[in-house]
Amino acid sequence: MNLKPLLIDQPGSKSSAWIRSAWMFLLASLLCCGVMSWAAGFSSGAWDSVWKYRDVFWKGWGLTIVISVLSLLLSTLIGIVAALARRSCILPLRSAALLYIDVVRGTPLLVLILFLYYVVADGIGLQDRFVAGILILSLFGGAYLAEIIRSGIEAIPASQLESARAIGFTPWQTYRHVIIPQALRQILPPLAGQFASLIKDSSLLSIIAIGEFTLAAQQVNSATYRTLESYLPLALGYLVLTLPISLFSKSLEQRLRFET
Amino acid sequence: MKLKVHSVTKSFVSGGEQRRVLDQLSLEVDFPHVLALLGPSGGGKSTLLRIIAGLERPDSGSVTLDGEVAPLGKGEITLRDYRRSLGVVFQAFNLFPHMTALRNVMLPLIVVHGLTEEDALSRGLEVMERLGMADHGLKFPSQLSGGQRQRVAIARALASKPRFLLFDEPTSALDPEMTAEVLALIAELKETGTPMLLVTHEMGFARKVADQVAFLAKGRVLEQGSSAEFFSNPTSVEAQRFLAKVLAY
Repeated sequence: MNLKPLLIDQPGSKSSAWIRSAWMFLLASLLCCGVMSWAAGFSSGAWDSVWKYRDVFWKGWGLTIVISVLSLLLSTLIGIVAALARRSCILPLRSAALLYIDVVRGTPLLVLILFLYYVVADGIGLQDRFVAGILILSLFGGAYLAEIIRSGIEAIPASQLESARAIGFTPWQTYRHVIIPQALRQILPPLAGQFASLIKDSSLLSIIAIGEFTLAAQQVNSATYRTLESYLPLALGYLVLTLPISLFSKSLEQRLRFET
Repeated sequence: MKLKVHSVTKSFVSGGEQRRVLDQLSLEVDFPHVLALLGPSGGGKSTLLRIIAGLERPDSGSVTLDGEVAPLGKGEITLRDYRRSLGVVFQAFNLFPHMTALRNVMLPLIVVHGLTEEDALSRGLEVMERLGMADHGLKFPSQLSGGQRQRVAIARALASKPRFLLFDEPTSALDPEMTAEVLALIAELKETGTPMLLVTHEMGFARKVADQVAFLAKGRVLEQGSSAEFFSNPTSVEAQRFLAKVLAY
């Protein structure tokens, strides 16, 4: 029997979708079984002590979702404004956007959180760590989104803008009917990636004692000394949030596809 | 159509060097249907078309259409209104790839010219029908041949009932068969009465279809007249050389 089609497949070929799915499924199952059997090897009742803290997990996970959704919305807004400012003909505006984007993208998120929370938020009297956390995460995500949005806008061929001008579209009509629909298709994959990153990055907010998912898992761990039982649900909890985003983006990409 | 171009100058800076593309170009021409702009590459034909279309502002000079001065030095909003009254067809079609052919035709009618969805639909269908594209309205540009795309682009320009149609090398991106197809269509459009300005390299077509031709080289009009006259009896040395070259084969 020829095993080659089961093992070798050129990237980009459309022929063997089911073989690829089968491999994904097989490897994912192996991973699950491995982890499960390892976990089962621990003394019975190991999960019981963690199970008592399930409410802590749920609350943390819920808070992570709330933080992610809110900073996702806010960072999109910031990203759009910064991308437009970055392309503005008003020089101070453009410079400010450039400065913001470069400074934020050049700083580790952890450092940004520490600095903005303990120095800036404290300085302006912002006490609420939940609000501060969302603002910091949005500022961080906004800088990356701004660059993604800008790249999408700039990928539109000049001939399209010329056509829009000849027809007599206003700048807003050009954005509405020509730039946004085409740019959106271009940037969908990096956009989804950025949204998934934002969810994962929210875990760093545990450093300023926001009771989100990661901090919850840490608390359970320090109360039970059960590392695997504390951190395995943590990893799965994030995957449950990020995997659907990447699947959704893939299907959307297929649906919105057009050729130029 | 009375087209008057008065002393238009336009320079571009490229590679730190200023290049004068149009050099105090003047042209006064009265033509019923089609004016063809001919001449060697880099002679300023497309730049002149783009200035007349309101897509480019001249450094100095003016353009007058039927006695009405084009607001080329005015603000963007005034200039936009002027552009809306014209129809431009580009070499590379420039259709919007994310919408169907029919939608490409309808969108300017709805967004720019204030037609209702129903009115735009019936006008769009009518124009597509007239250009032989009735069966292709629901296809996307990527599903159409080059000739069909150019027909849609012409339909889009025509649908808003412009007072003047401008073609910027409409067949340069097409193979010979499709070129013939599109040229036949443009010749047919003569009957609709909308005056047309055509930048083209198709000499046979210009000779047959254009009423008047203007020969541009080095940023100036070196010669102008009826197409029969120009092709049988060019007076300037440049035009003679140009025609000898392009008609050699």
